[in-house]
Amino acid sequence: MAEHGHTEHIVKPGTYLAIILILMVLTVVTVVAATYDLGKFNIVVALAIATGKATLVVLFFMHAKFSPRRTQLVIIAGVFWLIILLFMTMSDYVSRIDYRGVRFPMTKNVSVTPAERG
Amino acid sequence: MHRTGALYGQFETLEQQKDTASLGMWIFLVTEVMFFGGIMLTYAINRHTYFHAFAAGSNTISLTLGTINTIVLLASSFTMAMGVWSAQVGKLKLLPIFLSLTIILGFIFFGVKYVEYAQKFHHHLVPGRNFDIAYCVDNPSKCEDIPPEALAKEREEIAAARAADPDLNAHAQLYYSLYFGMTGLHALHMVIGAGLLFWLLAGSFKGLFTPMWNTPVDIVGLYWHFVDIVWIYLFPLLYLIDRHQ
Repeated sequence: MAEHGHTEHIVKPGTYLAIILILMVLTVVTVVAATYDLGKFNIVVALAIATGKATLVVLFFMHAKFSPRRTQLVIIAGVFWLIILLFMTMSDYVSRIDYRGVRFPMTKNVSVTPAERG
Repeated sequence: MHRTGALYGQFETLEQQKDTASLGMWIFLVTEVMFFGGIMLTYAINRHTYFHAFAAGSNTISLTLGTINTIVLLASSFTMAMGVWSAQVGKLKLLPIFLSLTIILGFIFFGVKYVEYAQKFHHHLVPGRNFDIAYCVDNPSKCEDIPPEALAKEREEIAAARAADPDLNAHAQLYYSLYFGMTGLHALHMVIGAGLLFWLLAGSFKGLFTPMWNTPVDIVGLYWHFVDIVWIYLFPLLYLIDRHQ
């Protein structure tokens, strides 16, 4: 920040090159990981890798690592709201019971007639 | 583009002025996070509810084309970052080169997307009255671009998914609606980004962007990287759901 005599931080091309190589490797890793059956963890691994890639892009390509604190706060607040949106809504959906007492989503043992569907 | 590098009265230094511009851009990007977040939430709820249909739908799209586009887009983020660097250190000859490379990579992405969308039309995978998730399986002669062994695997997958979800075709349409909606909105953002890059390119030929003043390059860079991040999430969500068998 200006009052501390801070000057613009210029990220070096070598850093960008290292980051893009890591991003490419992670892309290959996520494609290969998707071919293994990890059960429920396939989606967890895929999203963890995606989040890792996104974090690298934000920190280095978008210079968030070298941005003023107030800019970083805006980014963190945005991600925090996104987590509230996704986490709270999904925790409702995954624990929901429908009007016939059937756990949501409906399983193949429950047939829904057109009349019921409305 | 008006005055370049002038210090406006409300700022103490050029540095503070530039930080303020990026802060404004970040606030806009946070609203974009909310915009795409809502769509991703819609996707998450439907995927949770109609998992079998989403997995079957996902396995009918081309992983190869998706992977190529991911690599192309990541590379374009790199060239964009190098463009910002060129402006920051005053390599005014390099800047138009990196901006052009970014535009070219963006257009390669559009080209691949065109091939992909055209394939979906040929395979009757566009939501609407002709949508049929089993079209290629039932009419192998119409889908000669899919190798027979891949088609055999697809036949088994669709049969298994249909056993678990009798309304498979309707629910697979939901997947494809989200596929076109999400990739379409992403592509729209890229069209806007490409337009902005052409604008920067014109400015860079005039030598407008210098170490003293390169705010537009920086700001468009932030936008371009954000669009890249959206794709980083769309790729696993749409292409990698249920590849393992």
